[in-house]
Amino acid sequence: MATASRRALMLAPLGLAAAGGVGFLAMLRGMRDGSYDPRGVPSALIGRPAPRLALPAVEGAGIDGFGPEALAGSGAPVLLNFWASWCVPCVIEHPQLVALQRRGVRLLGVNYKDRPAEAARFLQRHGNPFAAMVADAEGRGGIEYGLYGVPETYLLDRTGTVRWRWAGPMTPDTLSAELDPLLRRYA
Amino acid sequence: MTPARLPAAALALLLVAGPALAVGRPSEMLRDPGQEARAQAIGRELRCMVCQNQSIEDSEAELARDLRRLVRERVASGESDAAVRDHVHDRYGDFVLLRPPLNLVTAPLWAVPVLVLGGAGAALFLARRRARPEPAPLTEAERARLAALEREP
Repeated sequence: MATASRRALMLAPLGLAAAGGVGFLAMLRGMRDGSYDPRGVPSALIGRPAPRLALPAVEGAGIDGFGPEALAGSGAPVLLNFWASWCVPCVIEHPQLVALQRRGVRLLGVNYKDRPAEAARFLQRHGNPFAAMVADAEGRGGIEYGLYGVPETYLLDRTGTVRWRWAGPMTPDTLSAELDPLLRRYA
Repeated sequence: MTPARLPAAALALLLVAGPALAVGRPSEMLRDPGQEARAQAIGRELRCMVCQNQSIEDSEAELARDLRRLVRERVASGESDAAVRDHVHDRYGDFVLLRPPLNLVTAPLWAVPVLVLGGAGAALFLARRRARPEPAPLTEAERARLAALEREP
């Protein structure tokens, strides 16, 4: 064998290790700036019609419920937000929901495995961003959406197709970097 | 039971007990043992999305318990194993299956062993072929020496 190609063969494992190292570094960087989430798995529902939920309104909260048809496309994008009063990240997320509602975004709430009275108290204290809200006491509505936990938010376009899912609290950065461009696109 | 048989009985009990399952609470289990066994077999193939490397049968997470209950309800209502699995797969995607299905996205995953084996085989084959180069033709001097050696008695 020619010495040149033998030398190249000996360098190959080194090159492979270097490529792996660069990939790992990129992963670490992505984890730091939030563009890569090793636990983040894309929702199976993206591009599919939003599952219709037939759940009751939250008792005593003074907020209208919504029926299955509310998720079938209302001519404007809709944000479906799963939340609970016992969920700490939901407190972090709440100002973003209120800001979205002030900007005219239609928000539908799903109160996940919560006590109605505590849900009502939470919204009294932090403000109510939801145009309508239902109670998912058993968590079955969550399973219909492939929910991991609360908070979790789904963007439905004007035809009721799921376009985006955000697992975990939405921060101001989430809105500006992810959601706002999508809201403009699907407006 | 005679005292001599006690250790054997204890061992047998241990073997029968098997691995502890999270779904130990009798209230969670189906009454029909056949259906319960089917539900457990389905559940062992489904990932607990919160803990990620446990099946929903092994996990104490709340979501896993909800999914166990869902699987049992569907089994009890007479659905086939595949239908129950598909119901969860439809909502949670490929990641929920502890044994990933073969499709375009997961094809590279399944191809890795084949590629590694094939690549190693090809490398070995090439290395072996190159290790034994064709012997060079004899030079003029070597030929003369050979002829001289052959002529000797």
